[in-house]
Amino acid sequence: MSYENEEFFAPGHGMCAGCAAPIIVRWVLKMAGPNTIVVNATGCLEVATTAYPRTSWKVPWIHVAFENAAAVASGIEAAARAKGEKLNIIAFGGDGGTVDIGFQALSGMIERGHNVLYVLYDNEAYMNTGIQRSGATPYGAWTTTSQVGDANPIGKLRPKKPIARIVAAHNPTYVATANPAFFQDFKRKIEKALSYEGPRFLHILSSCTTGWRHDPSKTIKILKLATETGLFPLYEIIDGDIEHMKITYRPKEFKPVEEYLKMQGRFRHLLKHPEYVQKLQEDVNKWWEKYGKQ
Amino acid sequence: MAKMILTGNESAAWGARLSKPKVVAAYPITPQTSIIEKIAEFIANGEMDARYIRVESEHSAMAACIAAENTGVRTFTATSAHGLTLMHEMLIWASGARLPIVMSVVNRAMAPPWSVWTDQLDSVAQRDTGWMQIYSENNQEVLDSIIMAYRVGEKHNILLPTMIMEDAFILSHTAEAVDVPEQKLVDDFVGEFEPAFKLDPQDPGGFGSLIMPEGPYMEFRYKMALAMDEARKEIRKVTEEFAEVFGRKYPGLVEEYRTEDADAIMVVMGTIASTAKDVIDALREKGKKVGLARIRYFRPFPYEELREIVKKADMLGIVDRSYTFGYGAALYTETKGALYGHTDKPIKNYVVGLGGRDITPDVLVKIFDNMLKIAKDGVVDREIEWVGLHGDERWS
Repeated sequence: MSYENEEFFAPGHGMCAGCAAPIIVRWVLKMAGPNTIVVNATGCLEVATTAYPRTSWKVPWIHVAFENAAAVASGIEAAARAKGEKLNIIAFGGDGGTVDIGFQALSGMIERGHNVLYVLYDNEAYMNTGIQRSGATPYGAWTTTSQVGDANPIGKLRPKKPIARIVAAHNPTYVATANPAFFQDFKRKIEKALSYEGPRFLHILSSCTTGWRHDPSKTIKILKLATETGLFPLYEIIDGDIEHMKITYRPKEFKPVEEYLKMQGRFRHLLKHPEYVQKLQEDVNKWWEKYGKQ
Repeated sequence: MAKMILTGNESAAWGARLSKPKVVAAYPITPQTSIIEKIAEFIANGEMDARYIRVESEHSAMAACIAAENTGVRTFTATSAHGLTLMHEMLIWASGARLPIVMSVVNRAMAPPWSVWTDQLDSVAQRDTGWMQIYSENNQEVLDSIIMAYRVGEKHNILLPTMIMEDAFILSHTAEAVDVPEQKLVDDFVGEFEPAFKLDPQDPGGFGSLIMPEGPYMEFRYKMALAMDEARKEIRKVTEEFAEVFGRKYPGLVEEYRTEDADAIMVVMGTIASTAKDVIDALREKGKKVGLARIRYFRPFPYEELREIVKKADMLGIVDRSYTFGYGAALYTETKGALYGHTDKPIKNYVVGLGGRDITPDVLVKIFDNMLKIAKDGVVDREIEWVGLHGDERWS
């Protein structure tokens, strides 16, 4: 049962215009309904939605620092089991809180098999502290700690950590990547994730207007290009069966990565160097050659 | 009541079992490990009805306890040394969130150099976290203190967590006869956990939200300070009630031993007290008037008791099994702080037994002799003295 006509995430919060995170949170909660406890890692979502004494959350909400949303969710789940209560326990973490500082706790939570849905809203850098590179920042992106200059014309030198596949290697019941710009796929995956028992993980791409340096009115367009260029593939993995990863959206014709890059200030420098754009394009091509038939 | 032969760690596990936490989240570390092994055994045998989260770190252990307690159930964990200091951030969170979590801590030296033996720096370094701290002298006290800690901490006018210390190996791995109380008596004494607030879909609330400088951050902290002061009274009351129910009388925050008419009183925490009591008896036989004040609660700090104790002697010797670099060990500076303006009597700091170095009766006899000399002369020879350093002829 979904609560599509109800709101559990109230407007009036301080998230930026054009930020995709509120779209993600709003729809996860609409699918989950009121019988839910939310855990929130430190980050934009936490500070911008809960400034005391106001809150945007109409469900019980808890924040216990940065690196441990998964450990906190584990504790809530154990307590709920001890009380014989059945409810949705949903953790929201950004990319820093999930793929970097919170990764150990996440790995432990999944390995132990807690009945928790962990939602990563991935805006590809530490945006709350002011755009520092994370393990989820893509190759070639400028951030305040992967700056572009004469000695480094590229920005971030390493590719994005493939967190969904890393998580899937722990054999959770359900893992999917999702993108709010592919709305039906996004909604279906939230619904599906909620229908499973055990540890579940949604990796959802979330644009950041200030960090990606884009026009706030272009959020959905840019997110759409992330998938249409093949840079952010949409797939799902059930019971950790990575060999049978299922791609849920296959662009009929891939757009060149350049179309995605040119809409964002964080890649502006890269466009002056076709060889680096070419490297990114080749990485995408390789990924699809390797996994695209699944 | 059943008499059992238990190590300190088994006593801690029994204290937890009898208090019926619903969630235990723990990570192994020497010399704490046998606590969480024993609890695992109790749960596997169906003797303890708790969800057991074998977390991947101590940081997550405390995070999971915070979360479970905030969901409305009683929790327990145990750790030591590096595990405790890894938890530091979460310790402050637990008290700030006003969650009466109870934890056993086996006092072990911090590295480097790597040492698993006893030393109190690990928990002394948690002084400012907002936890109540109990230092145990024997295994019976380890067990009983856990039961009393739940009773005190869970009172709605207190709502603060408690850590109960035992010296590594000296208590943790040494067996002695311990009275294990009847479950029914503990059930009645501790009662059901009644959370003051909780995560509840029927009554949604937010925990851990952002607060601006003009918000009531200071007021939250002030209420914690008041609760810690309130705990002082509650501890005295609960130890009395405990004595009525279980027949064992604990001395509230400080235990005094032969302090009446003493010329010099030693102030200590932990198992040094047991050796000191024997030494005091022997010295008293020889006409040397010495006594002991054993600090059970380092937090809340028993400043009122110490102001009375100092009246009974001509000097205090503060014996610390840790050091706070920069100026004096913690028990010394705390005691001096509490007594400032209340006494002109000499007070000296003795730093002993770091990294588990044995504190034998001989060492304590020498310290007492030094204390008596200071009591007689009225002059402190050295304000802070490290006792028994290699090559130091004063103590060899």
